[in-house]
Amino acid sequence: MALRKTVVVLAVLALAVLPGVPGPGAASAVPGPGVPDLESVAKRLAAPATQEAAILALREVGDPSVGTLLRALKDGALYRWKGRLVILGDDGALKDLAGQPIVDDRGQPVSPAEGQEAIALEERLFGLVQNLLERLEVFSLDRQARQSAAFKLGNSRDLSAIPVLAKALDREADRQVKGAIQEALNRLSLSSPDAAVRARAAQFLGQAWFESSLAQLRIMAEQDEDAEAKQAARAAVRRIEVFLTWRNLTGYLFNGVSLGAVLLIMSLGLAVTFGLMGIINMAHGEMLMLGSYTAYVVQEIFASRYAAHQDYFFLVALPLSFLAAGLVGLALESGIIRFLYGRPLETLIVTWGIGMIFQQSARLYFGDQTSVNSPSWFRGGVEVMRGLIFPWSRIFIVGLSLVALAALYLLLQRSYAGLRVRAVMQNRGMASCLGVSTRKIDALTFALGTALAGVAGCALALIGTVDPEVGKTYIVDAFMVVVLGGVGKLLGAVVASFGIGVSNKILEPSIGGTAAAIYAKVAILALVIWFLQWRPTGFFPAKGRAAEGA
Amino acid sequence: MTQGHSRREFLKASALGIAGAGIAGGLSFPAILRAQEKGPIKVGVLHSLSGTMAISEAPIKEIVLMAIDEVNKAGGVLGRKVEALVEDPASNWDLFAEKSKKLLLQDKVATVFGCWTSVSRKSVLPVFEKNNGLLFYPVQYEGEECSKNVIYTGATINQQATPGIDYLMSPEGGNRKKFYLLGSDYVYPRTTNKILRLYLTKVKKVPESAIAEEYTPFHHQDYQTIVGKIKSFSAAGDAAVINTINGDSNVPFFKELANQGVTADRTPTMSSSFAEVERQPLDVKPLVGHLASWNYFMSLKTPENLKWVKAYKEWAKQHGIADKQAVTDDPMMHAYIHVKLWAKAVAKAESTEVDRVLKALEGLEIPSPVGKYKVDEKNHHTWKPVYIGKIRADGQFDIVWKTKSWVRPAPWSDVTYPGRDCDWSGGGKGSYDMVGGKRVWLSEKQ
Repeated sequence: MALRKTVVVLAVLALAVLPGVPGPGAASAVPGPGVPDLESVAKRLAAPATQEAAILALREVGDPSVGTLLRALKDGALYRWKGRLVILGDDGALKDLAGQPIVDDRGQPVSPAEGQEAIALEERLFGLVQNLLERLEVFSLDRQARQSAAFKLGNSRDLSAIPVLAKALDREADRQVKGAIQEALNRLSLSSPDAAVRARAAQFLGQAWFESSLAQLRIMAEQDEDAEAKQAARAAVRRIEVFLTWRNLTGYLFNGVSLGAVLLIMSLGLAVTFGLMGIINMAHGEMLMLGSYTAYVVQEIFASRYAAHQDYFFLVALPLSFLAAGLVGLALESGIIRFLYGRPLETLIVTWGIGMIFQQSARLYFGDQTSVNSPSWFRGGVEVMRGLIFPWSRIFIVGLSLVALAALYLLLQRSYAGLRVRAVMQNRGMASCLGVSTRKIDALTFALGTALAGVAGCALALIGTVDPEVGKTYIVDAFMVVVLGGVGKLLGAVVASFGIGVSNKILEPSIGGTAAAIYAKVAILALVIWFLQWRPTGFFPAKGRAAEGA
Repeated sequence: MTQGHSRREFLKASALGIAGAGIAGGLSFPAILRAQEKGPIKVGVLHSLSGTMAISEAPIKEIVLMAIDEVNKAGGVLGRKVEALVEDPASNWDLFAEKSKKLLLQDKVATVFGCWTSVSRKSVLPVFEKNNGLLFYPVQYEGEECSKNVIYTGATINQQATPGIDYLMSPEGGNRKKFYLLGSDYVYPRTTNKILRLYLTKVKKVPESAIAEEYTPFHHQDYQTIVGKIKSFSAAGDAAVINTINGDSNVPFFKELANQGVTADRTPTMSSSFAEVERQPLDVKPLVGHLASWNYFMSLKTPENLKWVKAYKEWAKQHGIADKQAVTDDPMMHAYIHVKLWAKAVAKAESTEVDRVLKALEGLEIPSPVGKYKVDEKNHHTWKPVYIGKIRADGQFDIVWKTKSWVRPAPWSDVTYPGRDCDWSGGGKGSYDMVGGKRVWLSEKQ
């Protein structure tokens, strides 16, 4: 760390004393890069003869105080008033160059005289001023603006930005923005005429794994005239490339785990209704949809009533979607599905029809223009390696799927209720003989399955769409996971989800061509078919009602 | 009702007559026809009101109905009311063909306003060409088509996609040097990108290595890997994404972009199928600064546009559409003016007969929310200005760039088919190649 700092300081110092670096323009016209005298700068800007030179001079100054002045010149808000230069504010009143309102003898704010014209900016200098203003953004009060301005400057290959950046680095307190400014400074230094400066910059960029400079470094590693600089660039390229390999691998793994978690959470409910109970519930996707719409409705209610606490809508939506989908499941089971036990084909067709009814009702009621916005805590993500961000929403889904899995496991395997569920599923007659109310257990188990789907739908709304057909996109994957995992075993669903997820996400980037996403999916489906040919009962075959029936 | 039946049979007979006697017959018949017709003129509206495209197409239906309503309030066409027959092809491409068959053969509509995706247009095309129907198509598309039976009011590639590239490569657009072409996997994005790739490499001299291309199926949800690729591709900060994703996949795509920290100022996305209507349901924060290229933006401050937006808001209120959902966009504007174009052409032709209406449409000018619009004299496309908009924090587009004047429609791109154009005016036979200073009609080549 200390070494890195020293390198930067050295680089900056070296550049600051570099003669000949400044670009075109009369830098010497302004007394050093200190605080400029605003009045005299404004006078020079206002006079057509000196306008261009004055603007060019400001390129090197990089003082935020001239920002307002330049903006006023560009927007046509710079006026002459009683022999001095003043700026027209947004409120229609004139202000002096420091931003203080100007008042007349009676203490009233003044505005420009009728018909008075603003100081003109020559049309061809417009772009130059625009460019300068962008440069001054590195002094903006907004951290994001500073960071992106620094990045832009680093990208500009305009060496005259170096003193401005050095000044910005001096003032910067924010660690991340500081990093961005250092990156920009060193990227610019790669084009420095001094070979030693180039070499040091390359070394710095390599040390800190700045991928943004890779293309430039590669060229330098090939073509630099100076052997030392060439060597430094070569080392930096190698370092960054190794870093990128690791970073990509980490990224693929995370993507895989995240896709696995999505698959797991959407198939957990199905693992209960289909896996344990043997009910082919084609409306499973619509139960997910129900969860998504619950999130949407809660969001809209919060937006209209509790806008100040908008973020908390998700905390309410999550349990509500569990309840809503669970209740609908309960109603479905007691109203329709229980009459169809033991008739899988009829169950399939009836639940499919129910799914369609749900889809159309959602379309009639909500229309197609709906979307759930993530609460602000789920926006963005955590930067685990330079340039690799794990989005919070994905991390949340991984966490939620694991929590749901653990809860389901504890419920089924470690609780009295779970014992009864398993008893009924394994041997209905015997359980009934021993006084277990199989009817009640059936209804509640099915409701549990749909409730889990509801939670999944609520969570998936964070990263995906909410529309009447969203269920369709999930149902096939959910069945694939449950069948591949082995009907009736939770562990199977876990292995299958993460297996599919990770292999999909490792395959996808390694497939070339223009439709990798499709080919990866096709490859996964082919793998699953092949696997099921070999082991028709999936990873973990189990005995359950489904197994008995087969 | 019996009267209607006899009219239908008479129409059938007259259609046969026209087919036999050619244009000469067509000139004399409709005058007689008109005297007998007193009922409303039926027109078809063929937009998906359900399925993946409903988000974009449902508002088009509304604006078409509004335009028809305005035409009727102004006295109708040829003294008759216009009656809209709305069909829902449900984002199902086969259903588009079936429904258009029904509209043309069973309902005998005078014209159809419809389609969005190019797949749907391609699927109805044979139906319209076989039965000499008339289709007004409101959406930007990939070109390489010039049917006698279609009026294309949306942009061709040179009226939307290539100006977008020009902007991105300009200093205002950030001097972008690398382009990631991302789209839904069907004919519009594939053809657009084929043309853009040629445009980039041949005209703009961008090396092949600086272009990436990728497609995802409709309804695709998982953009993790693709956004990861975009990040590496644009690491140096000189790249842009050209987005032709259609429909609801834009939601997970933009969410993933924002979550993985790809910001608009570093890597802007230029969309050509993402307008106000698609933007509206989305959280605007992750979208701010991204770009779109269109011939119309709701934020345009022309008096005509302000009036039009107000009229639509009013209409939406009366028809139970929530105010925040009542936004206008480019395809809606085109859908609106093509109703007006048709009405004006029918009045000019004094007939609803397709060939005469087509003749009347040649070079027809009409006021629109962006100023005057003109149908090309020859190629069934329209002249229009091009705007680039940047998404603002309030969800509207800030117009950052526009063409100086109307851009000529070029259904066949100069880079893919140099010298190819299209002419349907007097004696024209559609698309042709210039070979040695002479026109060689494509229809006569086979």
